[in-house]
Amino acid sequence: MIPHSAVLNKAKDRRFTQDPDLAPTEDYHDVVDQLEKEGEWEVHRVPEPYVEVKTMYGRVKKIPVEKTWHHKSCGQCGHIPGYSTAVFWINRQLGLDYHDPSDQTSCTAWNYYASATSNAPAQAAVAMRNFAAAQESGYFPIIHCGTSFGHYKETRQQLIHSPELRRQTRDILAKLGKKLVIPEEIVHYSEWVHAMRDRIADRQVRDMSHVRATIHPACHYHKLVGEDAIYAPEIYGAQRTAIITGMLQALGCDVRDYSTWYDCCGFGFRHILVSRDFSRSFAVQRKIEVMKEEADPHVLVTHDTGCVTTLDQSQFAARAHGKNVGLPVMSDSQIAALAMGAHPYKVLQLHWHSTDSRPFLEMVGVDHQKAWGEFEAAVEKLKDDENMYMTWEDADA
Amino acid sequence: MPLDLSGKQYKDVPYEEKERLFEEVKRDFRFDEYLYGCYECGICTAACPSARFYDFSPRKIAQTAARQDVELFYVFMNDSVWDCSQCFSCDRCPRKNSPGGLITLMREVAVKNGLDSAKEAIEGYGRVVFKIMSTGTQVSPDMLQANAFPDWGPHVKDIAENLDVWRRALPPETMHTTESSWQVDSKTITELYLIWHMTGVMDMIKEVDEGLFMILQDVMEEKLEDEGYDVSFD
Repeated sequence: MIPHSAVLNKAKDRRFTQDPDLAPTEDYHDVVDQLEKEGEWEVHRVPEPYVEVKTMYGRVKKIPVEKTWHHKSCGQCGHIPGYSTAVFWINRQLGLDYHDPSDQTSCTAWNYYASATSNAPAQAAVAMRNFAAAQESGYFPIIHCGTSFGHYKETRQQLIHSPELRRQTRDILAKLGKKLVIPEEIVHYSEWVHAMRDRIADRQVRDMSHVRATIHPACHYHKLVGEDAIYAPEIYGAQRTAIITGMLQALGCDVRDYSTWYDCCGFGFRHILVSRDFSRSFAVQRKIEVMKEEADPHVLVTHDTGCVTTLDQSQFAARAHGKNVGLPVMSDSQIAALAMGAHPYKVLQLHWHSTDSRPFLEMVGVDHQKAWGEFEAAVEKLKDDENMYMTWEDADA
Repeated sequence: MPLDLSGKQYKDVPYEEKERLFEEVKRDFRFDEYLYGCYECGICTAACPSARFYDFSPRKIAQTAARQDVELFYVFMNDSVWDCSQCFSCDRCPRKNSPGGLITLMREVAVKNGLDSAKEAIEGYGRVVFKIMSTGTQVSPDMLQANAFPDWGPHVKDIAENLDVWRRALPPETMHTTESSWQVDSKTITELYLIWHMTGVMDMIKEVDEGLFMILQDVMEEKLEDEGYDVSFD
């Protein structure tokens, strides 16, 4: 009989080496560049300065520091607007040049994955229209939504391998007066947060060394064209994506593991809108309860529209059934901004969330009652004049 | 409820029609990259969230397609495909299949052909399709209504009651909107409508929801006419 210890030690000693030469897939950089040489499209290069990170097989990915064109997310801007606000706020605090465009549509992939009322040429044309708009603006696209990120990676694969789809998309864009332009890298905002984590930590004003956190990585970030996600040897031995975990560790948090780490959140695209019993059951039974039982976290941090929505909003009804819930859920951008001193309601906009984050705020030194009073006072001023808006200066006042 | 594999709960169609639908899925340029074969290892089903709560198996769907079982493929196309979460956890497949991708194609063909099951699956979803196709953003702030999301908690009612002023209490300049997630340029919307027109997406909508098609047609044709385009979605 093989002793338990022999098996466990073997697993512990096992090392995964990120070696691009051993990668089982083609390097999209090479194909994208080759197609540019053949005149198939133009490549929008990552502007300098950029940070180099490594993806699953050790290939280098360039993450732009600034001159970023923010491809916003429908669900974030519509239902959890502190998510995107925090991304912009961090940029401003770091003094970085960015562009928040109105010449941008949704990727429309939430609907595509929910109802299939679209097709590959339409999806590719929507993606490439947005990319062309970014290039015209002189800023490099950075994608806020995990699904947009995954879908655009998938669209890039389709365009690379289908000359017919390239021709169709090029013809459509030509009729719109646009060129076929592919970004050198498709970058998710959380990759930017990861790349900037040391600068974020340098500006940390709220101690998080006593915070126990769990993370949930978005399926469309690390499973859909999974090789183009950030992995690092110092985080999970490069066996899992380093995203979110690396940033939280830079802030000093105790990031705790749990057995259903790889599981989906239960979002389901159509399910979260028309079959929420499934989304709620999955989110609570396979994620929240498991985390609470195995890791006892103070906060759950994730990095996608659907994941924040499902994991946060599903807990209210589950409480009525006596489930072990009550875990505040935030995006990595919100927690990073909070660490840097952002206002919990003017910037993080936590009143749009379902779970109670007040005990957590107290824990990291925020007087939530005072903060809510400040937000309400700011809102009262806005009520006096419907043409007034909260400014960035107001948010930091 | 267990999946009924008899095929009797669906509209009975001749074998040739089922074969035609199967061939339409196979003809999609993505099919060969989504299905290489199947080891029958079940890793896809083990990783699948929908398999835990529905009588649903990405493995069975991949196998059925690989074996070209036209009858069973038709059953799955009418039922199981709408249980899929489209998370692509099944992309873990050691054979490099993407059962989730295969299901995307099956759904697309179900919609294009106006199958009753596709119509049923997107019932109640029309307002979302309308929002994304007409505004270029999918879930707008004004969709947060207590009667639509009673299970999300009392904050939804607070948001609905304070919507206008809470949107103005957002520092990003593009996010003061209530009917769309952010401010989208008029020119951008025009370009989006032209994309829908050039790619036949409206024909798909017409197959599954005639009423929704007519409303969208009115909105888009009027906008495009204002912008100087003589375009008809008929």
